[in-house]
Amino acid sequence: MEILISLIRICVVLGVVLLLVVVLVWSERRISAAIQNRIGPNRVGPNGILQPVADVLKLLMKEDIVPKNANRTIHDLAPIISIGVALSTFAVIPVGNTIELFGTTIKLQIADVNIGILYILALTSMGVYGVTLAGWSSNNKYSLLGGLRSSAQLISYELSMGLSIIGVLLVSGSLRLDEIVEHQGSYIWGWLPAWNMFLQPVAFITFVVAAFAETNRLPFDLPEAEPELVGGYHTEYSGLKFGLFMLSEYANIVTASAVIVTLFLGGYNVPFIEQAGLSAFTVSILQVGAFCFKVLCVLLFIILIRWTLPRFRYDQLMNLGWKVMLPITLANLLVTGFVIVAL
Amino acid sequence: MSTNGKMTRKKDLTFLQRIYIPEILKGLRLTIGQIFRPKITIQYPEVRFSPPASFRGRPILVEENGTERCVACGLCSRVCPALAIEVQADETTLEKERFPVKFEINMVRCIFCGFCEEVCPEEAIIMSKEYELVFESQEEAVFGKDRLLVPIDQVKERLDFLHKHR
Repeated sequence: MEILISLIRICVVLGVVLLLVVVLVWSERRISAAIQNRIGPNRVGPNGILQPVADVLKLLMKEDIVPKNANRTIHDLAPIISIGVALSTFAVIPVGNTIELFGTTIKLQIADVNIGILYILALTSMGVYGVTLAGWSSNNKYSLLGGLRSSAQLISYELSMGLSIIGVLLVSGSLRLDEIVEHQGSYIWGWLPAWNMFLQPVAFITFVVAAFAETNRLPFDLPEAEPELVGGYHTEYSGLKFGLFMLSEYANIVTASAVIVTLFLGGYNVPFIEQAGLSAFTVSILQVGAFCFKVLCVLLFIILIRWTLPRFRYDQLMNLGWKVMLPITLANLLVTGFVIVAL
Repeated sequence: MSTNGKMTRKKDLTFLQRIYIPEILKGLRLTIGQIFRPKITIQYPEVRFSPPASFRGRPILVEENGTERCVACGLCSRVCPALAIEVQADETTLEKERFPVKFEINMVRCIFCGFCEEVCPEEAIIMSKEYELVFESQEEAVFGKDRLLVPIDQVKERLDFLHKHR
């Protein structure tokens, strides 16, 4: 029974994440088109919503090309690492509180790990292996440069990411993601939801910036900067393997926004819902809806940023990571520590 | 630039600009504003672009009083940089005395430069507004007189444009 429930949870969450990826790809193309005063894909299905499906079908039909001097095993392995890491990060995200279904209480979280945040940090740093190995095994200088940039960038930004998370940990006093979310359910001065976004504004900003860098999104998409590096680490990939890279990239974005929501935007909490006097089941459903809504808002923000900011130069990227983000996060940590001790 | 004689350079950012986040919000306001502006895309097969008179579409021969204006001087054929035009002259009892017995433009070769129109002394070959040129074979792409002749009242706009701007 336990295994069955776990399997169902895994399938549902995986399905929702993949669905979100489809929606994300479609909305990214439509929104980017709208920002450039174009229309965007609107032919396949109503309003072009089936365009990502058509894209995937096209990729499935394509020939899988491996360069002559490439390391075949690693070349095949790299996209698998990428997609595996991207999807398994979602396992610890609490999508909602417990829900009563058919007489059993189900926790809306695939794996209730007591080191949830460390798990996320560990897996996101594993993700760099996919990119770096893809760049190295392709035997192509552009791919290699893309992979190297990716690892350098991830090392620089992982640090400030981790440090800004420590601020959150100090506030909520737990590494468990569900307890962090629970902690954000209270109120400051009786009216402001105690979301970590308000408690830790500096950490929020640095974490979002680091999350952009971790997901290789503009303005930090140096690993695949197409004007300089052709396509970056996936230059030599085609067909389904390229599709897997694209999928993992978008799945990473979904996961990153889910992490942002969980850590800083109150997770599944709906402010003042306990005063509305709804039944427990309705509250659970509303909380899941609120979580999805918040994730979609963050995704929209990420898309809009892509079409607003130009790409950083490599030295600017490193300067920002080491000379700006790291001191700011350290100072934030210091101040948070003092305040917590003083209170 | 300040007025007290001291130069401030563009690259000297103010504190708020150096924080960068207000600037990001400004940029976001701009991009979000763009979303609601009218789209410039033309939905092609349903809606078609109708070009202005200055547009250089496929070249055509002007048909006036049931016959072509062309006197088969061969200048267009000479000037054509892509060697797309072939003219064969013959005599006629009409006032113009000469006419093209064969006038062919190979539309695969044509580069739409408009030199033929510029050089023509009779204003007999001009560029039209047609831009949808699809062929299934090389032979089909060679336009003879039957497909080149267009009655003069259909190309008035282009002729007016030429009279005004040439």
